[in-house]
Order: sequence, then C-alpha cells, then structure tokens
Amino acid sequence: MTMLIQADRMTINRPGTSEPVLADVDFQIAEGEIVTVVGPNGSGKSSLIRALLGQMVLSGGKVDRKQGLRIGYVPQRVQLDTAIPMTVRRFLSLPTRVTDAEAAGVLERTGVSGLGPRQLTQLSGGQFQRVLLARALLRAPHLLVLDEPTQGLDQPGIVAFYQLIEEVRRQSGAAILMVSHDLLVVMRSSDRVICLNGHICCEGTPQAVSSAPEYRALFGAEAQGMLALYRHQHDHDHDHGPACGHSHDAASPQNPETQNA
Amino acid sequence: MLDDFFVRAVLAGLGLALVAGPLGSFVVWRRMAYFGDSTAHAAILGVAMALAFDMSIYIGTLVVAVSMAFLVSSLVARGQVMDTMLGVLSHSALAFGLVAISFVPSARSDLSGYLFGDILAVGRPDLALIWTGAILVVGLLVLRWQRLVTSSLNEELAMAAGINPKFERLVLSLALAVVVALAIRVVGSLLISAMLIVPAAAARVWARSPERMAAVAALIAAASVVAGLFSSLRLDTPAGPSIVTAAALIFLVSQGVRRT
Repeated sequence: MTMLIQADRMTINRPGTSEPVLADVDFQIAEGEIVTVVGPNGSGKSSLIRALLGQMVLSGGKVDRKQGLRIGYVPQRVQLDTAIPMTVRRFLSLPTRVTDAEAAGVLERTGVSGLGPRQLTQLSGGQFQRVLLARALLRAPHLLVLDEPTQGLDQPGIVAFYQLIEEVRRQSGAAILMVSHDLLVVMRSSDRVICLNGHICCEGTPQAVSSAPEYRALFGAEAQGMLALYRHQHDHDHDHGPACGHSHDAASPQNPETQNA
Repeated sequence: MLDDFFVRAVLAGLGLALVAGPLGSFVVWRRMAYFGDSTAHAAILGVAMALAFDMSIYIGTLVVAVSMAFLVSSLVARGQVMDTMLGVLSHSALAFGLVAISFVPSARSDLSGYLFGDILAVGRPDLALIWTGAILVVGLLVLRWQRLVTSSLNEELAMAAGINPKFERLVLSLALAVVVALAIRVVGSLLISAMLIVPAAAARVWARSPERMAAVAALIAAASVVAGLFSSLRLDTPAGPSIVTAAALIFLVSQGVRRT
C-alpha cells in the first residue's frame, strides 16, 4: 500500500536548544487509514503534526510526503480574532475562493448547511468545528489532519463529531490523522493508535495499545476521569522497550508544548 | 481648481482616507494600534533628519518609519513582550525626535505642523505624492488581500495553506510605514494612528465581511476629512485634529447603533 507520509527517525529539538521534544520517531500513514496520536500534555503531539505537515525544521531524520499530496488541516484551538467580521461563507473562501455551490455542498456534508450567512463568532463550539472540517474538505484532501478536534465539545458533541469523521472517510476515502484526548472514542474509531511521550511508547491497534503496559502507565489514571490531574511522573512503572532508552525531560510538565507555538 | 488651498487639502485628505480604510482595518484586526503609534512617532525623528540634511521630509520619515517597523518586528521575533516594548519604543522615538528637531533652528517654529499636520499647506507635489502612494499601497493590499486576511484571521490556518504569515506581517508593516510618511503633512505624527484606527473601529458595526469593513472605513475616513476640514474653516480650529474629532464623533454614533 502507498504511504501518504513516511517519517524515519525524526528528531525535533525545542527551538534554540538541543533538548529534544521528539526523538527518533518513525511514522507512516497509509491511504484511507485512521491514525490517532495520544499522549499527555507536552509529549510532542503538536510538534509531530507540524513536522509531518512540513511546518517545522527537523533536527534529525526525514519526512517524505507523497508527490502531490493534498492535506486538509484543522488546527488545535483555533482562536479567531473577533475583530474581523467574517461569515461562514466568506471563511470557506479563504485563502482560495470557492463557488457558492461548493460551499453549500461541503456545509451539507458536515451537517451545518444553512450556516453560510452566519458570523463565525456566533457559532457554537461544535458548529465551528464542523465549519473548520468543511473548509478542510474543500480541497478534496488525501489526508485530513485534525489536532485536538473535539476540545471544548461536550460528550454528545464529541461522539457526533467522530461519527462525522468516520462518515467523511467512508465518503471520500481520505486518510485521517488525529491528535486526541478523548481516549474512549478514539479507541473505537481508529485503525491504529500511537502513544507518544517524547518518543513512541507503543503503537498498534486500539486493542493492542490499550492492553500495553506503556499505555496503562500513561493513561491508567485518565481512564478514571483524572485527565486534568495527570502528571507524568518519573517513578511510574513505565516499562521502556529497546527503542525507548532516553530521557523523559522533553515531556516535563514545566515545558508545555504550547511554548513552541 | 487645484489653485485653491482648501481644495488641495480636501483632496489630500481623501487620498489618505482611501488607504486609511483598508490599512486601518488590518491595524484593528491584528491589534497593531500601538505598533502604528511607534512607527508614527518615530516619523518625527525622520522630520528632524530630513531638515538637518536638507532632504525631502517624505524620504526622511519613510526611512525612519521603515527602520522602526523592522526594529519592532525583529524585537517581537526575539520574544520581547510586545506591549511593554512598543510602549518604550513609541515614546522614546517621539522624545528622540523632539530633541533632535530642537537642534534644527528652522524647524522649531513649525514643530506643531509636524506633530498635528499642516494639511492646509499641502502643495501640488504633496498631493501627487499622497495619491500615488495611496494608490500603490491600496493596490498592494488588494493584490495580497486573500493572503493578508487569512493570516490576520489565524496564522496556523494560513501556514497550513502555504502562506507565510511572517512575510504578510512584513508587507503590512511596510505599508504602514509608507502611509505614515504620506500622512505626516495631513494629520501629523501624533494623529496618524487615530486616522487609521478610528474609522475602522467605527466601520466594524456596519460590516459583515472584511471587504465591507475596509470599504466602510474608507468612507468614514473620507467623511471625517470633509467634515473636519469644513468645520476647521468655519470655526478656525486646527485642521488635523478637527478631522480626527469628526472621526471620533462618527465612532460614538456607531457605538450607539450597536446597542440598539
């Protein structure tokens, strides 16, 4: 099968330092595959995404993207400046203008038809995520990249959003790469899960990953609803495989990944 | 018709209004108000330089405004706190300019002309320059409009679409420097930012799209120029401040509209 993106031994340092955010990460995603990246705050999830999109300078390794690959990207926590008046319809035409028919079609596909004339600032969180998804779909992408797409949505909103994602894949055949916190839903709808913490802790089918000791070490607490309290402690029983023999400093809570934003 | 100083003043003001609308909208969208201030205040330093070396004041202010724009961009890129740093630069630039200008005896007498503008003294060459500059800057904004709007809305979305937000920011900084240089005769160094921000802020209420906000802002700026100049003529008030006063009154009205 053709790989859309293939990365080998990718290393990314924190800007201006030789301190790695991500070390020796191998990654690939195939056509039509749904891959989810999970990991605590500061584990390098957003850096991974940006490096795969070619928005970050690598300190080591390489990333190959398939020739002519079209990527639809929904970034994390899009904060829109309320100072700019912007209707949904106008937003879909940024930066490439689209016809009214295309705009209406894509809004219908994401279940928000009729929102075209609405101001972006008047949308609910769920509606806005769907508009962002619609905008990403306009380019008929081979790969959809979603960074924490359900942040700020309530539980039914999250479930509905993932149903939509699966439907999009069925309709368009696009591969989907997601970063997420919503473990249970992620587990249900992904083909492959990558558990990241400065390096790849474990990876595989949702079933394999959820029974892996590395995964339990990272997310055991979270499963009991303690996500917010989670701290990556060095004294946990995180059992390193051979590929994991390096420091966890890159993921210390004092260095949240938002700093390299 | 151009022989009449008042007609020239109105035309100069309208030229500035044409560019102040769209560019001012970006200043409002991107929260660059203070940035505009420091560039504009630095222009006084440019006036002092121009007078000392016997250059055109347009060249002097343009050079200093461009340098200021670069200085601010590079300091921000190095992680300085934007707000504090602009406060330091903006007022230091003004102070440096005022000190520098005091060494140029010929300029001391018409200092207020540079601080508050001297639109009634605008000559034909000024008029030609203001309109040429305004059309060039508006042309630049129109040409890059989609990219500029996208990166103003959200830099991540822009980057994902292959746009370089840093470059777009640079384009806007340079456009701002050019407009500051053009506007120094019209409203003066202290009120240039007002001319950019006030009409755009008022236009926000009547706009549903970025294009419309830019156009409405230009119209409001034009109306302020006409109203300000006529009241200045009737009431014998200083022209530049009268124009900004008119814009501020329109802004007040717009805020009333919003509440109802």
